[in-house]
Amino acid sequence: MSDPGMIVLLTVLLPVIGAGLVLLLRKNENAREAATLLTGALTFAHVLALLRLVRAGESPGLDILEVVPNVWLSFEVEPLGMVFALVAGFLWPVTSLYAIGYMRGHHEENQTRFFFFFAIAIAGAMGVAFSANLFTLFVFYEFLTFCTVPLVTHHQSDEAKKSGRIYLGILLTTSVGLQLVAIIWTWVLAGTLDFQAGGILAGTASAGILSAILVLYVYGVGKAALMPFHRWLPAAMVAPTPVSALLHAVAVVKAGVFTVLKISVYVFGVDLLQTLTTTTWLAWAAAVTIILGSLVAFRKDNLKARLAYSTISQLSYIVLGAMLANELGIIGGGMHIAMHAFGKITLFFAAGAIMVAAHEKKISRMHGLGRTMPITFGAFFVGSLSIIGLPPAGGAWSKWFLGMGTLEASQFGLLAVLMLSSLLGLYYLLEVPVKAFFFERPKDAHQQDGVHEAPTPSLIAMCITATATVGLFVWPDLFHELMQMVVSGGVR
Amino acid sequence: MISFALFNYWAVIVLMMVGFYALISRDNLVKKLIGLNIFQTSVIMMYVSFGKISGGTAPILIESGGHGGDGHGVQVAGDAAHAMRDNAEILYSNPIPHVLMLTAIVVGVATLALGLSLVVRIKEAYGTIEEDEITRMDNAA
Amino acid sequence: MSQNLPALLVVVPMMLAPIAALINRSGPAWVIATSGAWFAFGAAVQLLRRVMTEGMIVYSLGGWVAPIGIEYRIDQLAAFVTLIVSAIAAVGVLYARTSVASEIEEDRHALFYAAFLLNVCGLLGIAITGDVFNVFVFLEISSLSAYSMIALGQDRRALTSAFQYLIMGSVGATFIVIGIGLLFVMTGTLGMADLAERIPAIWASGDGDRTIAVAFTFLTVGVTLKLALFPLHLWLPNAYTYAPSAVTGYMAATSTKVSIYLLLRFFFSVFGVEFSFEQMRLDAILMPLALVAILAMSSVAIYQSNVKRLLAFSSVAQIGYMILGISFGSVIGVAAGIIHLFNHALMKGALFMAMGCVMYRIGSVRIEDMKGLGKSMPWTMAAFVGGGLSMIGVPMTVGFVSKWYLLQAAIKGGNWLAAVVVVVGSLMALVYIWKVIEVAYFKRRENDDPIEEAPLSLLIPTWTLVAASFWFGIDAGTTSDVAMSAAESLLGMMQ
Repeated sequence: MSDPGMIVLLTVLLPVIGAGLVLLLRKNENAREAATLLTGALTFAHVLALLRLVRAGESPGLDILEVVPNVWLSFEVEPLGMVFALVAGFLWPVTSLYAIGYMRGHHEENQTRFFFFFAIAIAGAMGVAFSANLFTLFVFYEFLTFCTVPLVTHHQSDEAKKSGRIYLGILLTTSVGLQLVAIIWTWVLAGTLDFQAGGILAGTASAGILSAILVLYVYGVGKAALMPFHRWLPAAMVAPTPVSALLHAVAVVKAGVFTVLKISVYVFGVDLLQTLTTTTWLAWAAAVTIILGSLVAFRKDNLKARLAYSTISQLSYIVLGAMLANELGIIGGGMHIAMHAFGKITLFFAAGAIMVAAHEKKISRMHGLGRTMPITFGAFFVGSLSIIGLPPAGGAWSKWFLGMGTLEASQFGLLAVLMLSSLLGLYYLLEVPVKAFFFERPKDAHQQDGVHEAPTPSLIAMCITATATVGLFVWPDLFHELMQMVVSGGVR
Repeated sequence: MISFALFNYWAVIVLMMVGFYALISRDNLVKKLIGLNIFQTSVIMMYVSFGKISGGTAPILIESGGHGGDGHGVQVAGDAAHAMRDNAEILYSNPIPHVLMLTAIVVGVATLALGLSLVVRIKEAYGTIEEDEITRMDNAA
Repeated sequence: MSQNLPALLVVVPMMLAPIAALINRSGPAWVIATSGAWFAFGAAVQLLRRVMTEGMIVYSLGGWVAPIGIEYRIDQLAAFVTLIVSAIAAVGVLYARTSVASEIEEDRHALFYAAFLLNVCGLLGIAITGDVFNVFVFLEISSLSAYSMIALGQDRRALTSAFQYLIMGSVGATFIVIGIGLLFVMTGTLGMADLAERIPAIWASGDGDRTIAVAFTFLTVGVTLKLALFPLHLWLPNAYTYAPSAVTGYMAATSTKVSIYLLLRFFFSVFGVEFSFEQMRLDAILMPLALVAILAMSSVAIYQSNVKRLLAFSSVAQIGYMILGISFGSVIGVAAGIIHLFNHALMKGALFMAMGCVMYRIGSVRIEDMKGLGKSMPWTMAAFVGGGLSMIGVPMTVGFVSKWYLLQAAIKGGNWLAAVVVVVGSLMALVYIWKVIEVAYFKRRENDDPIEEAPLSLLIPTWTLVAASFWFGIDAGTTSDVAMSAAESLLGMMQ
């Protein structure tokens, strides 16, 4: 335990070991789930151990092997990665708890395969968080894409097949077609792929070429769901809800925006970003995605689809933060990774709970459900507040910093976009609890009686994340501190 | 003007084209093989022409009085040899292309044998050796 | 023994072949073929080691020094190709036992193994010889044995495709002979090293330079026919589709690779990079063909319903990648081509072998017959997925390493079109691989007769190649070093 490098390695490997245990214990459901929870808790404990080191100013890391000459598979923990690892590490056991209630309550098939790939995906997310260079990042990024395919296509229906195509198609097209080209271009220009404070690209080529590389990167990270490469995210909603919750509100999508932030800070460097013309364009591209995502969400009646488009919109907040190219934008973007994760996962938990307990997917049929499922809709309300950016939820802080960032960059138009999107969010998210609490249940609704709260494990999980969302409003210091460390290292 | 000195090369080219044309244009598999063989034979002629040196004699080593008897030399009897022994420089044709073509002939025979045996089996399997009919049968299947 | 290793490498399989044919019993013939292939593998490993430490090995056959005798010259590239061929042969022969038993009639087994040994001998011979006419002889040994092995396929179309291959292959070989003859008449030598010295002088003198150019052209066409570069690939899809599964797996991984080696030998070692690329502008013809091969053949592959045929078209596209790398004419480009030569041998071998497992159990490799195989043959289909990931170029597989170097070569050369084509090509690979995966994993079988997993004797060789395709993707240091130093010596031979 004493060697920091080993802790890093263990943090990535523990979920894999957990996956192995899940496979071994497939005969006994309870033991299998216990294994998931236990490894989840252990992984998080390791993340906390790393957090202590990072806060002490260390950057534990380890080189694993040289894949191609001079290109290493290696890990290094720095504050930004820590933010992502903390979020994913904390939410994995919580989601597992939720999944136990959901998968059993929903009588899903192939549960062992589900928990197996779930754990593997977390290993991928941890790998992304701790990668020390672009190559390692790309390896785990692709790894994450492939090991989530069996989760997205879990039901093996025709719809799942179609979604699987869109999912793989878009994520691989962008990553191989744009991101890989950008990475190799970087390698050719800079001769290194290591993440370094202040960036590695400055001064290696003309501003025009660097601008082009930036565009390749930002669009090449398909997981950040910048329009027009966003279609995979709604498609992925055919997956069981825990997958949508953890992977498509937290691990996978956050791996995307995390990559954008990481590249902005450690490959380009904020100073270089400011000088590139495409930075502003990309900020506006993100702004367009924010507004369009909100508008589409506005029109979706299927709750999970609405949440998916809300996610697309919210992810672009983080891209926008990175493209503001100033300290406040980066801090806001990094904090939004955490804040949005807790808020959105609560929303997805609630959506799944409604599906399991009341078998309703459509918002228009949720009238009056709040009376029988008060905890679920209460949690949904708290989550909504965070996404909209209202106190007393954590989202208020990240939006505050992002707003400040737009002011510092003198981009008043972008500030207006943020405002408008919040207003839209106010409507499309709060519509759900309002309908549930203040309207009568329609007469024709099936299962008039017998609708009760979701299974207890799911409820517990929901309460944990809702509480954390509120808690993050009161104590946002940890994430702020980590992000401050990022910018003080990155912005000189 | 076409130089008569290069007559054999023209023959090579004509043969080559005749063979190649037969190979491409014929539907009958045996005729294709014949074309292939003519094509290959033209190359043999080409090599043999390479080896010919005007005025040169058959490349058989004649032991000259000065430095003979090393064991590798071949004793050649006969008047021609005696006559040439007097010349200081003997002009030989280049033997290497001939040797190479021995190999090429063997290869050509092997190819032809394999090709013909394939044709026999195709005839057994399809009942025809016309390429267009075979194609039609394959497409129908 | 170790002194004569270069000769033994070729002679042992050659001598074992008639023995296998004469014994004429399946089991003993297989044992002989196995020992031959594994001997060659061991010898190739030794040779590569020696070449990497001591440099080029020059071996005069029968003690006759060149130019009178035939010389074997083994440099890094030759040793590397020898290793690829013999390694695939060693794995392939293990696989052949069960696969051949189910696909070829009993009384032809011994002849099959004899042909297999001759093929190994021919391919190894091409790789190590330093004499251009000797190249032709070995080329014909390997080709003739290949025709006969293909003709052993179950479907009667195997016969016609073998015949078609025979015609086109013989034309290609004859073109090569013509090229060699013209070179001989201009230089008076057949040794590669001598040719490399004399050709530039003749070219510079301006006397007979046309003959050299014609020789170059004949060799180019002949060799590209043998290696199935688009549009001279027409023999390949049928041959690979209808050949016995064991043959397809082995041939796809070796024979076209050796032809590419031949291309490298002629253009870089014999003619020299300056002549090939600056005077003859080889890149101007090879690069467009390679780009078209990648795009056209990948899209044709997408529309195939027979998986072996699909993989065959994909092979033509992948040959395009290798030629593309070579056509850059830069060290990193040539290295990319050489690395892909190795990597593609591993992944395509694995994919074809997985299809052989499917053939063994369900007797068909049509996509629509593969419904539900993900569940009933999990290891086989997992092997297919593993090989498929490599085709797509997922990181940590060999396919990624190839892509890494190819894209680097394209970007360094400022060739954006090539970079785009490489990327588009790998996305098309995603489509055709995914097509198979989708049917195998998402469709359920209509009838309920149970299908068992393939026997271990097929799975172990298949997984050996899959594992290798991951291993050399994770630790690509060795292959990169060999390919880089081979590329450097190929390009440096001019100076």
